[in-house]
Amino acid sequence: MITASFRGPIGSFTLDAHFTAPAQGVTALFGRSGCGKTSILRCIAGLQRVAEGVCSIHDDIWQNATIFRPAHLRPIGMVFQEASLFAHLNVRRNLRYGAPKSTPAGGLGFDEIADLLSLRPLLNRNPHHLSGGERQRVAIGRALLSQPRLLLLDEPLTGLDQAAKDDVMRTLERLHAAISLPIILVSHDITEVERLADHLVLIENGRVRASGPLAELQRDPTLPLALSRNAAVSLNGEVAYHDTAYGLSHVDVPGARLLVPTAPIPSGTKLRLRIAARDVSLALPPAHASTISNVLPAILLQSHDAGLHERIVLLGLGEDGTGAQMLARVTQRSWDQLALAPGIAVLAQIKGVALLAGTAADRPSAEAAPPPGSPPHSRDNSE
Amino acid sequence: MITLPQDIATPIWLTIELASLTTLALLLIGTPIAWGLARSRAWWIEIPASLVALPLVLPPTVIGFYLLIALGPHGPGGALASMWGGRTMAFSFPGLLIGSVIYSLPFMVQPLRASFEAIGDRPLEVAATLRASKWRAFWTVAVPLARPGFLTGSVLCFAHTIGEFGIVLMIGGDIPGQTRTLSVAVYDYVENNQYEPAHILAGGMLIFAFAVILAMRVFDKRLAHSGT
Repeated sequence: MITASFRGPIGSFTLDAHFTAPAQGVTALFGRSGCGKTSILRCIAGLQRVAEGVCSIHDDIWQNATIFRPAHLRPIGMVFQEASLFAHLNVRRNLRYGAPKSTPAGGLGFDEIADLLSLRPLLNRNPHHLSGGERQRVAIGRALLSQPRLLLLDEPLTGLDQAAKDDVMRTLERLHAAISLPIILVSHDITEVERLADHLVLIENGRVRASGPLAELQRDPTLPLALSRNAAVSLNGEVAYHDTAYGLSHVDVPGARLLVPTAPIPSGTKLRLRIAARDVSLALPPAHASTISNVLPAILLQSHDAGLHERIVLLGLGEDGTGAQMLARVTQRSWDQLALAPGIAVLAQIKGVALLAGTAADRPSAEAAPPPGSPPHSRDNSE
Repeated sequence: MITLPQDIATPIWLTIELASLTTLALLLIGTPIAWGLARSRAWWIEIPASLVALPLVLPPTVIGFYLLIALGPHGPGGALASMWGGRTMAFSFPGLLIGSVIYSLPFMVQPLRASFEAIGDRPLEVAATLRASKWRAFWTVAVPLARPGFLTGSVLCFAHTIGEFGIVLMIGGDIPGQTRTLSVAVYDYVENNQYEPAHILAGGMLIFAFAVILAMRVFDKRLAHSGT
């Protein structure tokens, strides 16, 4: 468990943020620019000190009323928003800067990191001869080689072009799948969060608006995410089989099986899917023939006025509504004409399912995750 | 080495010795001062910064006058000299060295401070997140990144010491082999109508000064091109 609590003025801004997050997977600190999320990350890193702060991971206290460990005594790795490589060192020496003399048991060594992040061709180059994406990959590798127990990413994709963003995003997904190192990601871009995060902390004006598993916060109609025009849910699923004749993967999510157009994927692959609320429409049973491949029975659980004569509707998949939950955005007119109400059975017609994390939404599976107390980044055997 | 008359060679070597020792002393003294000035965010930091910069504005004779008093028998310099049986530190090589260090201090501190400030906080924060203590971050990140400042500061101090005249005259006293530096020697030769050695020294200084400035400009350009 990661505990973070910071209160106090920073310049003209006041931080008053408290949250806990699981010490595994990706926790996203999400909010607008200037909401204080980067300040929170800097407080966790020990680069910034506020009047009252508490920060610990597991039982390791980094900061409380009496203790303040400066940044260089905290076992963190940090990747900053802009390229922060040392200009006077080449890539290899940048990577080695924070690395201990010998790799600790269970830690990732230089060769492993260089391979995992595809850094081999860059090793002898100078930082200013790298592209933006390459620089961030090196910065991630350098942070990992310092053998951190917590990786902090401060908007690592901001300022990169789309190709570089995809490159770094894939790198992060690979990392997420390969090592069980908790990551805190600061982002103002919901697509990054949908793709990478497991746990979400919503920040507004220096305070925590909500904190919880990503899917729960995405579909909470009292939070701005569900009410936004881009509302969507991220679902984790597993490929049952791939139908090569139609190029469709049959993906099981709780309470339903979805057909997703993909390249061939082996059975058992874990995927993350994104279903946008406005791509889901509702019909009343019985089902009629339709060109929409995904028409799934569901129970209407809740609805909320989303403004502009539209409603946001929370659905539970499956005949009994206990499966995965997703959002639908319907007009007030349709709502009234179909006489929709919480509790009734509907058919969710899903017009689009996006594959978020290509091959590597794979969480470290239960048996591959290290037992509590073991070194934090033993490699996942499934990779 | 070209053989020069002894009375010309002596001031040349003395001057080079003085300039080298001054530069070395200023690297040791100027670096922590420049670092402190660059890293502090206190409002009063410009007070010591202005003190350091004073020699840029004050006439050398004024600095020389105060140094003469400070180094003389009734000043701290005299007290220091009495510890090894001397009476004064004025009119001696060590006294001259102290004067040179003070006079050239801004020429070391200002470029160094600018270089340290140009690094910004980020590389040092990065170093801290990579477990580097402040001490290690200073030596492995700040110093290498401030290399242009060290180079500029050293060249300026060396050249400035070689060209310095007013202070040397005030506190040095023109003692051959002790405090008679190049610039003072030229002055002496001219006063005594010895134009030939004056020509040799003056011409040499002219070439030296041109070479230094040219080298610095070329270096600056290359630095700008390399993008660091």
